[in-house]
Order: sequence, then structure tokens, then C-alpha cells
Amino acid sequence: MTEVRNEPAAAPAAAGLPPRSGARSTAGGGRKRKWNLREAATGWLFVLPFAVLLVAFLLLPMAYAFKISLYRSTLVEGEVFAYFDNYKQAFDDPLVREGVVRVLIFGLIQTPLMIGIALLAALLIDAATSRFSRFFRLAAFVPYAVPVVIGTLMWGFLYSENVGPLSGLVNVDFLSGSTVLASLGNIVTWQWAGYNMIVLYAALQGLPREIYESAKMDGAGQVQIALRIKTPMISSALVLATLFTIMGTLQFFTEPLILQPLNPGAITQHYTPNLYAFNQAFSFQQYNYSAAISFLLGAVVFVGSYIFLFATRKRSALR
Amino acid sequence: MSTETQARRAGRVTGGSLAAHILMGLLALYFLLPFWWLVVAATKSNDGLFQSAPLWFSDFQLIENLKLVFTHENGIYLTWLRNSAFYAVVSGIGATVISALAGYAFAKLRFPGRGALFALLLGLIMVPATALVLPTYLLLAQVDLVDTIWAVILPSLLNPFGVYLLRVYVHDSIPDEMLEAARIDGAGEFRVFTSVALPAMRPALVTVLLFTMVASWNNFFLPLVMLSDNQLYPLTVGLRTWYMSATLGNGGAALFNVIVVGSLVAIIPLITAFLMLQRHWRGGLTIGAVK
Repeated sequence: MTEVRNEPAAAPAAAGLPPRSGARSTAGGGRKRKWNLREAATGWLFVLPFAVLLVAFLLLPMAYAFKISLYRSTLVEGEVFAYFDNYKQAFDDPLVREGVVRVLIFGLIQTPLMIGIALLAALLIDAATSRFSRFFRLAAFVPYAVPVVIGTLMWGFLYSENVGPLSGLVNVDFLSGSTVLASLGNIVTWQWAGYNMIVLYAALQGLPREIYESAKMDGAGQVQIALRIKTPMISSALVLATLFTIMGTLQFFTEPLILQPLNPGAITQHYTPNLYAFNQAFSFQQYNYSAAISFLLGAVVFVGSYIFLFATRKRSALR
Repeated sequence: MSTETQARRAGRVTGGSLAAHILMGLLALYFLLPFWWLVVAATKSNDGLFQSAPLWFSDFQLIENLKLVFTHENGIYLTWLRNSAFYAVVSGIGATVISALAGYAFAKLRFPGRGALFALLLGLIMVPATALVLPTYLLLAQVDLVDTIWAVILPSLLNPFGVYLLRVYVHDSIPDEMLEAARIDGAGEFRVFTSVALPAMRPALVTVLLFTMVASWNNFFLPLVMLSDNQLYPLTVGLRTWYMSATLGNGGAALFNVIVVGSLVAIIPLITAFLMLQRHWRGGLTIGAVK
């Protein structure tokens, strides 16, 4: 749904984000060895390309966005320093608020639904080992290999009254003002449930099998084992899958943009905060305001993830 | 008695597993039905698309459709396909090399500033990529790099997660003694990296390469913002322009069948790669994961 998710191993890897406890000890402790100049030089040489990219495409854009978000362009005076006026405007802007509320509602409903499906699917393939469960694992993961743009195009066709099979089955307009958010939610769920399933399945595979035996002796069925033992034991993976879904939701962009021409009345130019920032910049040349919205959104996602990770660190693997 | 419990257990497992299989079947249908539709629709003419049953074949026009997609607008689809492949390969290999160097250095080389830089990296992993696209555009516009291939490739080379992953992998899987031994044998630092560390990093490197290539193949927001010359578009951005003009109906006939076939052709390479390299994908999702 967003580029963040397109980020390679991003979400999955995060499943273990913890800087391992051992990580730091090599840096400082362990065998204390003085820097040897040759090694230090090599070290710097090796991280140099990465460090340059980090500055050029992460730190500089952030700083630049923040800087221009403090300016306003006026007809008379050109660029003027405006303090936090753009931010004030963003907070007061009903269109921003509308987008934020929409994205929040979307996340509150879609996230638990999708994680639920992913968990169910993961528990199923963990419990049932057959040729079909291997096929199922593959089937669920395949949508992840489809670019978000193309996945959305496909669903755009599937939803359409003329060419889609769905309209023949049920008499619903999937793209009306009241249904389009749910339709978008379905696309996101279809695309990412399998991905989250694999993350959760991997966590389930990591559990020691012996613990199920004693539960079985006590008369617990498969369902009880799944709900009372397996699920709590993979709570850390659940937390992280949820976190990355929420981060993605806040940046919701591609799906509404692609489906926009199907019903421009329902999917407005300010449908999500990210779409609004994009349109402010490229349809209205309001770069300063757009930068303020972008920066705000980025900050919310950044701070939100940290708070979330902090609040749940006991449950997650993070230490 | 033991046979009895066995039988009972077997019976219960089958009963439960039947329900499990039905559930899996339903979910599999949900995940796969869109693909079935896409394959069927790709064989239909534009009229057939609108006039036949959506989930079954009617007029079989697949070859004609393929010809159409590769000749439409002077064969620009092929250019897009090539661009996507180019961006994916160059960003994939570049990002992997850069991440490998940095990941190895963070794990095994002692140099001043290492701790601070790595801490910075961990913090910046949380910065959402989409929030960076617009500012990056504005910055690149100032140095006249917008609307060039570099505007798509350079930002894609930055992969903090790749660095983090490889650092964890190197730290866990390559013992210091191994490197030390090579040093004692008189190998220089670079030699130690290429002939001792790199081979040992292979599984993780393949994973990072796969994921960065896929990310780049699927990327949309970045090229959408950076490029305005349609000769530079990757497939994702190109197909979207076709879809826009078809749905908005401005200019000429709406060729939905071209879009459908174009979508099918665009996902075939990835799905093929995915099926062939399954092991690496699943491995990638779990490297450095909950342990």
C-alpha cells in the first residue's frame, strides 16, 4: 500500500528489530583492541558510500523539507519566513483533518481484520501439514509479488460493473462513496495478508513443539492450543506486523490514486493525507505547504512507531 | 488401549484438519481468484471483455492482445519493461553491494564513529519512505537531476534495512577468529572481506538482493514523482497512465484489453522468480526475525 512496504526486507526484518544484546558488546567491550589505523580507514571506506547516501537521500531531504515548510511563497515578496504558519494551517485545514480521520478509521478496521486473517492462515498451515497446506502457503503469498499498482488495477476491474465478476454475484456498487473505503481495504488485505501470514508462520515455526504435548495430555484440542498457547507465544511477531501495517496505513497513497479516475467524486484529491500532500505539490505548486504536511506525516509515523514499540516492548522481542 | 487412543487421536485430527482444509480452500480462492480472472481476461478482445462471462474464456485473442500491447503507442510497453528491469537490476545490485560493505564494517571493523553512525541508522530506519519522496524531488530539482534515471536509481540505493540485516547476519555467522586467521596469513582488509566474509554472507546477500530488486520493480511513488518523460517510466507508472486515459476516456478508444494483458505480462517475471526462489523469500522474511 505504500512505498514503505515496498522497502525490501523492511517489514519482515523488523520482526526482529532488536539491536541484539550482543551487538553493542563488540563495539565497546570484549577484547579491547586499540583502533588500528589501517582497519579504521577500511571501516570508513566501507561505510562511506552508505553514509553518503544516508546524508543525501535521508538527512538532507528531511532537513530541506523542514526548512521550506517554514517559508511561504507570496506574490509580492517571494519566499518569506513564516515560522510555523504552514503547520498551523495544516492543523486547521478541514481537508487534512478529513484525510487523517479517514485513514484512522481505515486502520482501525482494516488492520485487525487483516492481521486476524493472517494469524488464522498461519495457525492453519502450522497445524495442518499436507500437500495442500504447502500450496495454500504459496497461494496466500503470491499477491505480495504483484506490484501494488497492478494489484489495484486488477481489483479496479474486478469491482467494475461491466467487466468484473463480483457485480454479477452481489448487487453492490463497490466504488460508491459509502463503499469505496471498504473496497480499498479489501485490496490492501488481499495484497498483504499473505505476507503477514508468512511472518507469523515463521514465528510459529520457531516455537518449541514439546509444549503442545503437555497441553494435549491435559485434553486441549487443536483450537485451544492455537488460541491459548500458540497465539500468545507469538505476540511479539503480532505486535510488529501490526506496527508495520499501521505505519503503512498512515501513508496510504497508491491504491486511492489509482482508483481515483473510477470515481473522482468519492476519492477526492485530499482522500488521504499523503495524497493531499502530493496534490498540493504537483497540482497546485504549494511546495511549502506540501512540505509541512509531508513533514508532519513523517513525524507522526516516526514518533508513533517509537511510542508503539516502547509501549509494547515487553511483548515484542525488543529489549 | 494404545490403539484406541491412537485411533481417537487420528479421528480427531482428521476431523479438525478437514475443517482446516475447508477454511484454507476458501482463503486460497480469495487469494487466487483475481489471478484467474486476469489470465482469462487477458485472452479476450476489448469487446469480449465487456460482453462475456468474466470468469470464463470466450473469444481467444491472447496472441492478438500480446501483439497489441507490444505495438501500442509505438511499442512503448517494451521500453517500460526494459526500464523496470534496468532500474530493478541496477538498484538491486547497487544497494546490495553498498549494504554489504557497510553491514560488514559495522559488524567487524573498529573505526571511530561506528557506534554513533549505527545508532543513527537504527533511528532513521523508522523514517517513512513516502515522506521523503517529495523533499527528495525538490532537492534533486535543484541539481537538475529530476526526470533522469538517476532520480529513480540513486534514492533506491539507500537501504538502511539491508545494512541492518547484513550487520546482524555477519555478526552472528562469521566468527572473528576466521577473519583474524586470514589477517595473520597476511591478507589485507579488503582481501579479508572479499575472500572470507563475502562467501560466508551469500545467503543473506541473495535475500537482500531479491528484496531490493522486487522493491524496485514494484516501486511507484518515487518514479511517479521524479519522472515526466514517459520514455523513462517503469511499468508501474506507464500502466497507470494507460489506465487513466482509458477510464477517463479522453483521447481515442479505451483499450482495456491492452491494460489487462500489460498487467499480466508485468507480473509474470516476478511470480516466476518468486516460485523458483521460494526458499530465499521465506528465508528473507525470517532473517534477523524473532529469535
